[in-house]
Amino acid sequence: MTNHWIDYQHSDVIMAIGGNTAENHPISMKWIEKARDEKDAKLITVDPRFNRTAAVSDLYVPLRPGTNTAYLGGLVKYILDNELYHKEYVEHYTNGTYLIEEGFDFNEIEGVFSGIEDDPIRNAKKYDRTTWQYQRDENGEIKIDPTMEDPNCVLQLMRRHYEKYSIENISKITGCPEDVLEESYELFSTTGKAGKAGNILYAMGITQFTHGAQNVRSIAVVQLLLGNMGLAGGGVNAQRGQSNVQGATDMAILYHIIPGYMSTPQQATHPTLNDYNELETPPSGWWTNKPKYLVSLLKAFYGENATPGNEFGYQWMPKLDGRDHSHIAMYKDMSEGKVEGMICWADNPAVSGPTAGAKREYSSKLKWLVSVDLFENETASFWKREAGANPEEIDTEVFILPAAASYEREGNKANSGRWIQWQWKAQEAPGDCKSDLWIVNELFKKLQQLYREEGGTVPEQITKMHWDYDGPNGEVDIVKVCREINGYNVKDGSLVNNFLDLKYDGSTACGNWLYSGYYNNLEKPPTKRRIREKEGIGSHLEWSFAWPLNRRVVYNRASADPSGKPWNPDVPQVWWDEAEGRWKTNDVPDFNVNIPPRESAKIPFIMLPEGQGRLFSAFVNDGPFPTHYEPADSPVSNFLYPEATYNPISQRFYEDHVVETEEEKERYPYVLTTYRVVEHYQSGIMTRNMPWLIEMMPELFVEIDEELAAELGIKNGDKVAIESKRLYANGDQKSIEAKACVTKRLTPLMINGQKKHIVGMPFHWGYMGKSTGAVANDLTPSVGDPNTTIPEFKASLCNIRRVG
Amino acid sequence: MKAQVCLIDASKCIGCRACQAACKQWNQLPAVKTEFTGSYENPPQYSCSTWTKVVFREYNENGRIQWLMSKQGCMHCTDAACKLACPTGAIYHTDEGTVAIDRIKCIGCNYCAAACPFQVVGFDRVTNRAEKCTFCHDRLVNGLQPACSAACPTGSLVFGEEREIISKAQARVERLKYKGNNNARIYGLDEVDGTAMLYVLADKPEKYGLPADPQVPLGTRIWSAIYGPLRILVVIAVGFGIWANLTKNKELDKAKEEAQEEKE
Ligand code: SF4
Ligand code: SF4
Repeated sequence: MTNHWIDYQHSDVIMAIGGNTAENHPISMKWIEKARDEKDAKLITVDPRFNRTAAVSDLYVPLRPGTNTAYLGGLVKYILDNELYHKEYVEHYTNGTYLIEEGFDFNEIEGVFSGIEDDPIRNAKKYDRTTWQYQRDENGEIKIDPTMEDPNCVLQLMRRHYEKYSIENISKITGCPEDVLEESYELFSTTGKAGKAGNILYAMGITQFTHGAQNVRSIAVVQLLLGNMGLAGGGVNAQRGQSNVQGATDMAILYHIIPGYMSTPQQATHPTLNDYNELETPPSGWWTNKPKYLVSLLKAFYGENATPGNEFGYQWMPKLDGRDHSHIAMYKDMSEGKVEGMICWADNPAVSGPTAGAKREYSSKLKWLVSVDLFENETASFWKREAGANPEEIDTEVFILPAAASYEREGNKANSGRWIQWQWKAQEAPGDCKSDLWIVNELFKKLQQLYREEGGTVPEQITKMHWDYDGPNGEVDIVKVCREINGYNVKDGSLVNNFLDLKYDGSTACGNWLYSGYYNNLEKPPTKRRIREKEGIGSHLEWSFAWPLNRRVVYNRASADPSGKPWNPDVPQVWWDEAEGRWKTNDVPDFNVNIPPRESAKIPFIMLPEGQGRLFSAFVNDGPFPTHYEPADSPVSNFLYPEATYNPISQRFYEDHVVETEEEKERYPYVLTTYRVVEHYQSGIMTRNMPWLIEMMPELFVEIDEELAAELGIKNGDKVAIESKRLYANGDQKSIEAKACVTKRLTPLMINGQKKHIVGMPFHWGYMGKSTGAVANDLTPSVGDPNTTIPEFKASLCNIRRVG
Repeated sequence: MKAQVCLIDASKCIGCRACQAACKQWNQLPAVKTEFTGSYENPPQYSCSTWTKVVFREYNENGRIQWLMSKQGCMHCTDAACKLACPTGAIYHTDEGTVAIDRIKCIGCNYCAAACPFQVVGFDRVTNRAEKCTFCHDRLVNGLQPACSAACPTGSLVFGEEREIISKAQARVERLKYKGNNNARIYGLDEVDGTAMLYVLADKPEKYGLPADPQVPLGTRIWSAIYGPLRILVVIAVGFGIWANLTKNKELDKAKEEAQEEKE
């Protein structure tokens, strides 16, 4: 999130799109209701299902799963056509005025940008981005047109790109009636005025698509056009669905980043530390500090073994081979027998991964599998009869390490608003259950000992690692971990104050520069602070610590005009006091307060080299402007670009995996979307062992509209079978079973004149635990976004029939 | 009589059922075995193990979809039908204005459950006992708010001083009307002489599954008028029943403990 939960109270219009906030983040409603009570704020829900958020919304916008980019593209066009964008903001704070290379183009037939070429390794296309660059003058300065009238300026290119995204066309693509589209566009666009804040909330219903990153980009574009970034009540707010998934991302749980959102080094392009620094450090913007953060990270990794003479141990860092190593790719490798063992830590892909049935099969190619979880989950039991497997045929050795639940251990967690809050232990873990920290500590120490004694391939990666977290009585000293994350001076071990203290010369060590400052005081670590703000705008600066530097709303320079006057004086983040000649603040400023306001106004988006928000971004793999692509499994062809396939840049992992032919579209006529319910959590292994929750949501179900139910002769509570192409092989169609939920909350949509039915399934069930059921993800395809490879869980095709 | 009441603002309810789970947790009520029958609402019935639940109702009138949710359970009426119906005087008003069942006096005749206009008294045929929401009287007398309202994340459930809650409810109804909910109303202010659970409804009560005009059944009132003064005699007459029921109470507690153990 650029903002935070409490900040929702300042929004004038809130759009929940691809995120069922009432269901999956109930506490958000406290602040949304406050905004509605106190300032007559409006809530718009955009979702294929009339969900629990829609139930309390002012406006519900239905749409076909997988058409968010079209919906948001329509909003962009509406804003531009009606001149509703925040002109001063766009002119000063975005790249709307920048000129793009003459050769930049978009092919309206194939739906691709200039520079498209084959990518045989990924069995897809890729882009040469030469034509996507800014025009520069002889001094290397970006050329701009402040009037934004030059046909090659971003704003004009954008007008052209979205020309086809008329309400009429968007209605045909999404299935949303034209008047509802218009009402929602009109309402959200009211936030383009100074003094109004529009807030867009989203979650997996935006990201889990083959065009997920572009969906997020669409939100960013809308928010920049309306001047909603940086201010109280505005922002692009990704609501995280697990208590510490924000922290996990910050700590680089993903393979393509290292802690603090730096890219993982690639062997081909970054063979040395110098190469990395040269390629990865931009000429301007905050990331010019990157080398300091990387060297400090290497010092945290390798301690005294990291010296200037050995590139601070950079050679020991694992490097990428240029291939995708995300979830789908990893399982593909596993299917080909390339993976020997797997540690599955707090993860249950046998339920939560796409094409989960196949994943369970591939697991049998492993020699060993370690599962760290609270309960025996489906992944650890893939070999059992409950899973439909024959144990006699499986050789994989499975280990289960019982883990403590979050309330049975202490540590810090980052919430969606980037607040790194300490959580104290509430009770002891039962039996042999151990905290994750204890398990990883013991595991690593053992590995280090083995590598020291027996050697191995590149043993230095492990043996040179600085690993000293033992505390008394066989426990881990968590403060040692916190110190390292916060950062310290190597010479005397004293804590650094924050990342401004980090150095390139190896004199500081820091496990994650973004977190630096969260534990800079052993007696009173900021992460443990719990002081409520008495007056103010709800920043609560003395409650825990928000990264970066305790800043609650990022890019907050953009909340005031270039002279420093806040766009909304009622809830100012920062403001320039002319009389005193200095900035006053309600938040930690996201800019240099020592330079005149007009200077800081040139670079409100300090993380970017150009310092200004990107309406056009050459840094996205699949195109600089978000573009409507159908999901991989789609009931219709692309209405805007007749020859477009689904996202052409998305890697094609498996042949004959998604619905392509007309015959297949008839065989799987219904659009399936998967989701979560508030009563269960993720793969359900925690909640399906909790009787009070099972009582409320006892079984897997599939939501079907009344018309479709009547057509198929299905009554409420009937048992039905659901089929998809993923369960079809060699003429044999398999299916999974669920109970029917025939509901008025779903209605068929008219897609370009054809009636299409949407069906929905929660994905929380599996064959272990106290409440069992089929795995909904057996139906979903293993296709992903070309930037992140996040799987397309939210839109696929299926067939449904009554059983018995 | 009611100093403190609980507002149930159905227009803010998101059906998260934190209240439902909190009630079971605080009161240590075992989970009920349920099936998915087509609605999110579960368990289907009130029982000795389920004192409150969130009721879900859905409508699609001319394309306008509504999904109404509200926490329901004992209303703690001033003119309480259950109290009038109870032959042993086991049901009474506490000093805090809540309606309570005295477990020792309850003989499991089921008259209260039959008389309740809201149909929220749980009756267990096996243990032969009536149970219902206690308004968390044990928490109340210790200065705490009910477990359900403490758990509610949205401000749908708000516990507080009666006058304050009523004016809050009135203001909310005005707002809902201003937003176009012409049927918005307070429910529980005049009904059965006032209830300690006070609703704000965005639409007609029937649409939430609440009775439009809850009344103490006439039969109950007549019964009570005639036999009311004789209640003490009834108590003696059913003395044996009480003793028998005490034994059953123990059985029930044991059953609950077992269920709890199983859970653990
Ligand atoms: S007041 Fe107490 S007993 Fe009544 S519903 Fe709420 S939690 Fe349950
Ligand atoms: S906790 Fe509050 S919002 Fe959630 S279901 Fe209960 S009353 Fe509704």
